[in-house]
Amino acid sequence: MAERRADLAAYRAVLASRARAQLTYRTSFAADVLANVGVGISELATVYVVFWRVDTLGGLDVWSACLVFALANLAFALADLLVGHVDELPRHVREGTLDAFLLRPLPLLGQLATSEVSLRRLGRAGVALAVLVVALPRAGVEPSAATLALLGGSVLGGTAVFCALFVAAGALQFWLLEGREAANSFTYGGANAAQHPASLYPGPLRWVFTYVVPASFVAYLPVLALTGRTGPAGLPSWLGWCTPLAAVPVWAAALLLWRAGVRRYTGAGS
Amino acid sequence: MPVTAYPALAAAGFRRYSAYRAATAAGALANTVFGAVKAAVLTGTVVAAGGSVAGYGVAQAATFAWLSQALLAPVSVFADDRLARRVRTGDVAVDLARPVDPQLAAWADDLGRAAFQLLPRGLPPLLVGALTTGLVLPPEPAGYLLGCASLVLGVSVSFALRWAVNLTAFWLIDVRGVLLLYTVCATVLTGLAVPVAWFPPWLAALAAATPFPSVLQAPADVFTGVVTGAAALRVVAVQTAWLVVVLAAGRLLLAAGSRRLVVQGG
Repeated sequence: MAERRADLAAYRAVLASRARAQLTYRTSFAADVLANVGVGISELATVYVVFWRVDTLGGLDVWSACLVFALANLAFALADLLVGHVDELPRHVREGTLDAFLLRPLPLLGQLATSEVSLRRLGRAGVALAVLVVALPRAGVEPSAATLALLGGSVLGGTAVFCALFVAAGALQFWLLEGREAANSFTYGGANAAQHPASLYPGPLRWVFTYVVPASFVAYLPVLALTGRTGPAGLPSWLGWCTPLAAVPVWAAALLLWRAGVRRYTGAGS
Repeated sequence: MPVTAYPALAAAGFRRYSAYRAATAAGALANTVFGAVKAAVLTGTVVAAGGSVAGYGVAQAATFAWLSQALLAPVSVFADDRLARRVRTGDVAVDLARPVDPQLAAWADDLGRAAFQLLPRGLPPLLVGALTTGLVLPPEPAGYLLGCASLVLGVSVSFALRWAVNLTAFWLIDVRGVLLLYTVCATVLTGLAVPVAWFPPWLAALAAATPFPSVLQAPADVFTGVVTGAAALRVVAVQTAWLVVVLAAGRLLLAAGSRRLVVQGG
């Protein structure tokens, strides 16, 4: 027990030092946060332009579509902030710094995840949160205990889903090494798929983004449940309550993949 | 210095990128996944609008989605920081000392990169697009010829822009924010997210005042036949004009920046 507490203290000390390091160069940090606000706004541009042309898309009006956008982006930005830097793994492998991590008496994934906390991602999370707050009442969502539980569950569950995708993509780097872009099709591709109504996707694509990479669970399904809509065939709206459950198999797969990757790794003996 | 140096540099750029096979395959997979989602969203919009948005039918919207993903890597919509890193480390002094023009040399290298990426990054999304939604392509050879010219101009305008933006490293310590801001603007204004023709008037006017539509929207429009005949020639003329302007701006930045450059040792 005491050992566990000492472990946590070590993680905490590293995270606090990383946060302090980023806040030291204030202008640089402000520019980074601002650029990430820009990333959030540029993602919103699609919703804006599309709804300038049409009134409903995939069975959703503009405010419900904004909710889908907001939940997906909030979960992705939080996951990116927490573990997005796991895709630095190839650099650690190439430079031999991974061996130093492996020598310390803490799990490798825990160390890598806490080796950085990308506070600049708060910019994109902030845009998502603002859109969420503006869109909730306009989409006709009544404040209630059930609504709060659904929102909390989907943000936490969605963040967990994207964290798992980042870990899985990171684990793949043990095999690919130059494959940062392979990670993109998982993580950024999943985020991109999550922020549009899944009802638009043709059958096989919808199936993949629900049951393989559970992108629909992050935002579209919870919004169906929040706004009392029925989904397309094969996507009943009660699934919107299951976002935290959807994160479980992805995490299991990610951790198995990670373990296999670490076992495969052999140091260069630096 | 013989001009044969430039084709050699282009060939070197081609070979350098052909070394990263796994990364190229992974990139093509990412382009295809994004293409599938974009095709669904854009065709869904056209259907919801009653079959046509700003001259795009369902087939054109789907083709635009796949084609823009296929061209994304060759025209390199997103900024890289290669030159900025060379400015920061001082390696740019070596570039300036070489007996070739630094801008033309980098341009040749970038054309080589684009030529390599065209097939491995472009064919997979187009193939999946042809098999799933179908593609509309120019009916006559003239459309392809003009499309190829427009594509080379798109790559060149993109190169000139990225080269110029990288040169801000002469004045800024950390260019990461500037490059990310560039990528944000490029994502929207090149038409990568949604076709520029679909923009509301104020955003369309903003896009038209920048060189960004010349990078991706222009070649995509010529290839999909959204613009044909005289209108297509006009698009290519606008691209050429932007290319001249942005190349000149880059040269001015380099001249101003190299006056600030102090290199130690030898």
